[in-house]
Amino acid sequence: MEAFFEWFKVLYDETGINLPFIYDSYDRGRMLDGLWMTIKLSVVCLFFSVVIGVIGAWLQGSAYTWTRRFVNGYIQLFRNTPPLVQLYFFYFAIGSLLPRVATEFGGEAPLLGNFAWAVISLSFFAGAFNVEIFRSGIEAVPESTVEAAEALGFSRLQIYKDITLPLAFRVILPALNNNLVNLVKTTTLAYAIAVPEMLYEANQIWSDNVNVTEMMIFLLIAYFVLVGVLVWGMNRWERAMKIPGYGA
Amino acid sequence: MSWTEDQPMVSVRDVHKSFGELEVLKGVSLDVMKGEVICIIGPSGSGKSTLIRCINALNDIQQGSILVEGIEVHDKHLDKLELRKKVGMVFQQYNLFPHKTALENVMMAPIRVLKENKDDVEKSARALIKKVRLEGKENSYPGELSGGQQQRVAIARSLAMKPDVILFDEVTAALDPETVNEVLVTIKDLAEEGMTCILVTHEMGFAREVADHIYFTDRGVIVEHGKPATFFDEAKDPRTKEFLSQIL
Ligand SMILES: Nc1ncnc2c1ncn2[C@@H]1O[C@H](COP(=O)(O)OP(=O)(O)O)[C@@H](O)[C@H]1O
Ligand SMILES: [Mg+2]
Repeated sequence: MEAFFEWFKVLYDETGINLPFIYDSYDRGRMLDGLWMTIKLSVVCLFFSVVIGVIGAWLQGSAYTWTRRFVNGYIQLFRNTPPLVQLYFFYFAIGSLLPRVATEFGGEAPLLGNFAWAVISLSFFAGAFNVEIFRSGIEAVPESTVEAAEALGFSRLQIYKDITLPLAFRVILPALNNNLVNLVKTTTLAYAIAVPEMLYEANQIWSDNVNVTEMMIFLLIAYFVLVGVLVWGMNRWERAMKIPGYGA
Repeated sequence: MSWTEDQPMVSVRDVHKSFGELEVLKGVSLDVMKGEVICIIGPSGSGKSTLIRCINALNDIQQGSILVEGIEVHDKHLDKLELRKKVGMVFQQYNLFPHKTALENVMMAPIRVLKENKDDVEKSARALIKKVRLEGKENSYPGELSGGQQQRVAIARSLAMKPDVILFDEVTAALDPETVNEVLVTIKDLAEEGMTCILVTHEMGFAREVADHIYFTDRGVIVEHGKPATFFDEAKDPRTKEFLSQIL
């Protein structure tokens, strides 16, 4: 392993291609932290955005006009504004309104840190699209199938959970896939509020080493691989969910 | 008020039902005693489906009364679950849950709705699959079954809830001629075991054979009704005669 790291040092000496995040243990640590933070941010936001999508689509079917209006307002707001502005809004506008709490070191800290705000903001952003995606899937479930469940005594919630969602899921996986890929890419915005994710750490490294070109190429490849893994997983899931004799 | 077996199990009294401006049922009344099989026949669009869908509250009514074992269906505070435990329904298009196997389709409602023990449910579900002569198809998905087979699964699914009365809405109308009979035989078995059945059907030979009583509907009213022998051979109303002459 050491020899491997050394080789990159030699590469730098011989050619000037500088990849300190491989040969330098401090930079390597920063880069791995960044990668890990990006993965963590992506997974947490993926989870919450899907939860928001499922609950939002359920609320859209509510009998109460105001509930439906509220959900539609939320979707419009988050679809029609830039995610970076949303992030700033949450972090600076809402964040400053929240009370500060005492830390164990006797100082004061904001109630929610920048990671938490990034999660909230990005989850709501992707969640708005997910609500629409889930709704389109729900609308594709035949009314007659839902009626059969009603006639068997299923409640509205049971129908949603056992019939509508599982069937809708199969219809929407490609669209969901797309949106979740977008979400992973959008996590780079967290850079703007200093969440130490991959882009942020890469920036730190190129500031110290003046190797912007190398870092940019690396970032491009790293995100390409990261999103590739997600797409591969989603495609496998799509295939595993296929019902014999049903759909295309 | 408590219901006893000497009273009609289903009692429909002067039911009016409109979809917007269109009045589909214009004062329909009929009674079904426990163990009776009644057939509703009539031209397409005369309100047959609407009538039986009102009985299990899939459609609401504007006027009149429907009693199922003494439960008033035309009541804002109707306990739909209580009603649907008593009334099963089989649809023209089967409406099986496409993402569940035949066995799972049968097991789902008793587990989810009646909260019965899974092992017990599986045992009785397997017995029901056998009863509708589909042994060996337990693990097939609906998409892998023929129309006649799917419809028999749908009958088993309905039976799994141990209903007191089953509504059949033209359950053979969507089937290939060669599979119609296998479904009719299944229904006939049920009728012979004493299941209370309300059937909408175009199968006149079958109606004549199994029905205790025939109702002829046209444009939202019951034109004529009677025992099969009298009904088919001594129809009085010209509309009934015309309909019978076309279909027989
Ligand atoms: N959900 C609905 N909305 C509006 N009109 C309906 C609806 N369901 C049925 N109808 C109308 O009610 C009439 C009776 O329909 P239906 O009960 O299905 O007749 P049948 O089963 O005897 O063929 C038809 O004119 C049909 O178009
Ligand atoms: Mg009909």
